Amino acid sequence: MSERLVEIEIDGDTVSVTEGATLLDACRQKGVETPTLCYLENLTPINACRVCVVELEGSRILVPACSRQAEPGMKVKTDSERVRHSRKLVLELLASSVDMSLATDEVQGFMERYDAKPERFGTPAPPTEAGDRDSRHTGHHHAPTGELAETVAQPIKIHDEMYVRDYSRCILCYKCVEACGTDAQNTFAIAVAGRGFDARISTEFDTLLDNSACVYCGNCIPVCPTGALMFKVEHDHREAGTWDEAKQAVTRTVCSYCGVGCNLELHVQDNEIVRVTSPQDHDVTNGHLCIKGRFGWQFVQNRD
Amino acid sequence: MKGIHNGAKLYTVDPRRTSSAQWADLWLGLDVGTDIALANAVAREIIKSGLTHRAFIENATTDFEAYEASVESYTLEYAEDITSLPRESIREFAHSYAKADRAQLCWTLGITEHYTATDNVCALINLALLTGHVGRWGSGVVPIRGQNNVQGGGDMGSLPNKFPGFQDVENPESRAKFEKVWGTSLPDKSGLHLSLMFEAMARGELTSLYVIGENPAQSEADVSHAIKVLEGLEHFVVQDLFLTKTAELADVVFPAAASWAESEGTVTSSERRVQRVRKALDPPGEAKDDIEIICRLAQAMGHDWSVPTAEEAWDELRSLSPLHAGMSYARLEELGGLQWPCPDENHPGSPFLHGRLWERPAGGRLAPFSVVEHVPPVDKLSDEFPLRLTTGRRLDSYNTGVQTGSFNSPIRNRETLDLAPVDAERYGVHEGQNVKITSRRGSIEAPVRFDTNLRPGLAFLTLHFPDEVDVNQLTIEAWDPKSGTSEFKATAIRVDAT
Repeated sequence: MSERLVEIEIDGDTVSVTEGATLLDACRQKGVETPTLCYLENLTPINACRVCVVELEGSRILVPACSRQAEPGMKVKTDSERVRHSRKLVLELLASSVDMSLATDEVQGFMERYDAKPERFGTPAPPTEAGDRDSRHTGHHHAPTGELAETVAQPIKIHDEMYVRDYSRCILCYKCVEACGTDAQNTFAIAVAGRGFDARISTEFDTLLDNSACVYCGNCIPVCPTGALMFKVEHDHREAGTWDEAKQAVTRTVCSYCGVGCNLELHVQDNEIVRVTSPQDHDVTNGHLCIKGRFGWQFVQNRD
Repeated sequence: MKGIHNGAKLYTVDPRRTSSAQWADLWLGLDVGTDIALANAVAREIIKSGLTHRAFIENATTDFEAYEASVESYTLEYAEDITSLPRESIREFAHSYAKADRAQLCWTLGITEHYTATDNVCALINLALLTGHVGRWGSGVVPIRGQNNVQGGGDMGSLPNKFPGFQDVENPESRAKFEKVWGTSLPDKSGLHLSLMFEAMARGELTSLYVIGENPAQSEADVSHAIKVLEGLEHFVVQDLFLTKTAELADVVFPAAASWAESEGTVTSSERRVQRVRKALDPPGEAKDDIEIICRLAQAMGHDWSVPTAEEAWDELRSLSPLHAGMSYARLEELGGLQWPCPDENHPGSPFLHGRLWERPAGGRLAPFSVVEHVPPVDKLSDEFPLRLTTGRRLDSYNTGVQTGSFNSPIRNRETLDLAPVDAERYGVHEGQNVKITSRRGSIEAPVRFDTNLRPGLAFLTLHFPDEVDVNQLTIEAWDPKSGTSEFKATAIRVDAT
């Protein structure tokens, strides 16, 4: 069966992509680097972050490349002043209210490339008390004074040995919500609660994670682009100053538990497993695991 | 779940309302051990409604007439009586399955951990043959494996009657082939499966045992009996990652490396996909790779096998098992695994089996229908033992807990006897209360947890925490004469407040 091709123009050059491909696919095919935050190959595009916007001829607004499908004859600009300005502003607004210091190198690269200067929005406001943001009611909002940059800074949540949730680093990209929902786990333990600047990731009725529907698959962790969700082991290493990715080797193997055959990537530092991921491009589970595969490896390290 | 979101229908047949059942179009919560009655009634309904795949039956199967006659007595009414399922549910399931373009029957231990294990499987195969839901992309009969390499173990010949690649031990030609490559003479009779081995040990005929990576002192049904038998061995060797309860009984213990993270090799998943496992960690202390242990043992017995790499051992297997011949390490690496049969290095692997049944005329041996009859569980319910206990697993734990016991799962509570609230009320026990659970073989204690997903009369325990709640003190050793699997799924118990 031959796939139909669609021809579009990107930055003046003609690009042929298969029908159904997005503008992001077309950009990547042409080798145009396009920043993304909320997009991931194994999740449904959610259009939350707007950092991938491009200029589409005939469109009043900039369009998100990650979800907009290529249509014949589209003319797209990826590096116009408007695009550059918009991407810069998106990154600045996020980084002025969110701690992006643990975002991936790729994200740090975007910041540099678009000359994002989040500090120009003013001195960050001090962190809120634990639980404060989680209990805010929609509409009960105090207008900012403009003296300080409002932030989502708040204490980190550490409730178990599996993972930590540092929502000071959350840009509300929805990836964790999608991985918990129909895109992978179908557990629906978390969603976005609240509106506007009070929006935050929450369990049902803000219950503790172990009382929620959460099954601790950890599929939300590797999709997080800013380090807001992190394996406890990694967090502890970082706290102790012993986290060293240069010393880590990644070995692909197969989970030792059930018969599904999920592939594991064991990130090993000094003969200790410090992180377990699964390759997105492997068609058994497309990067997703369950609690046993993700966290059930401690037994090989009980060496005494 | 992707299939369900794309509109696939899901029917869940399970005594418990599991999380899968909660996604199902219809949950068929039948009584434990009544699967054959259900399958035969489904068959009868399909036949009576003219929904069989006549062309497939004629082309590819044998013994249909005898089968048709055998299911005649399994009316919807009769099946309702036996299974406790509403006849309308059985009818809907039968029609939906028969009319589907593509349909799979997937099962796991709820079918096979029964006295009638093999018959249960045959009853399901009958349905697939009746409707032609086999041998085509998207259709089939699918035993879902509970362990990462239980498929591979069988494929590699860890069966009493098979060499690697399912070649018969009792076939002189296949025996000669293996004798030539292995340079030794091989027994011409099939060996014993696990349950027969335990019987032979109990009779004192089997006096020496070498156990690799299994924990029968906690996993066997009627485990007190099993431990007694193991203690009576003259010589007992255990090879394991840990000093398990079984290893504690051994004369010699070989500490082994973890096959999935501390050594190289392959495993085979439920879908017959062979994939590479790789060494990421150095094993602790004196723990050695399984291959090295076995080869050094051979050396101590006067045979120099040297110590082949995992790839060298695999390449020998490929030279002997046509199913695996095309699976070089390089291809497994490049393609992310291959599904057998894969007879040569140009073969893409086989996503489904039995396509030959659709050739005209059908290639190879025709598929026989099997006549199978409902037989109730061996451990009968009575006034003294009125509750049906079924055993199973929980999401975050695995088998006897040897591996999963060492990580702190936030969703793990201590082991409980799960009861329907109405039963708890009937026996005068409340949630959290410690109770004495008694079967015809023994007694244990566990706290009660209410589970509204259990039907009245059904109780549930897992095998994950044998040090605290040793469920196999209760289970019955009654095993399927064809497969040797014990009836872990059906125990008659009584609950007493302590």
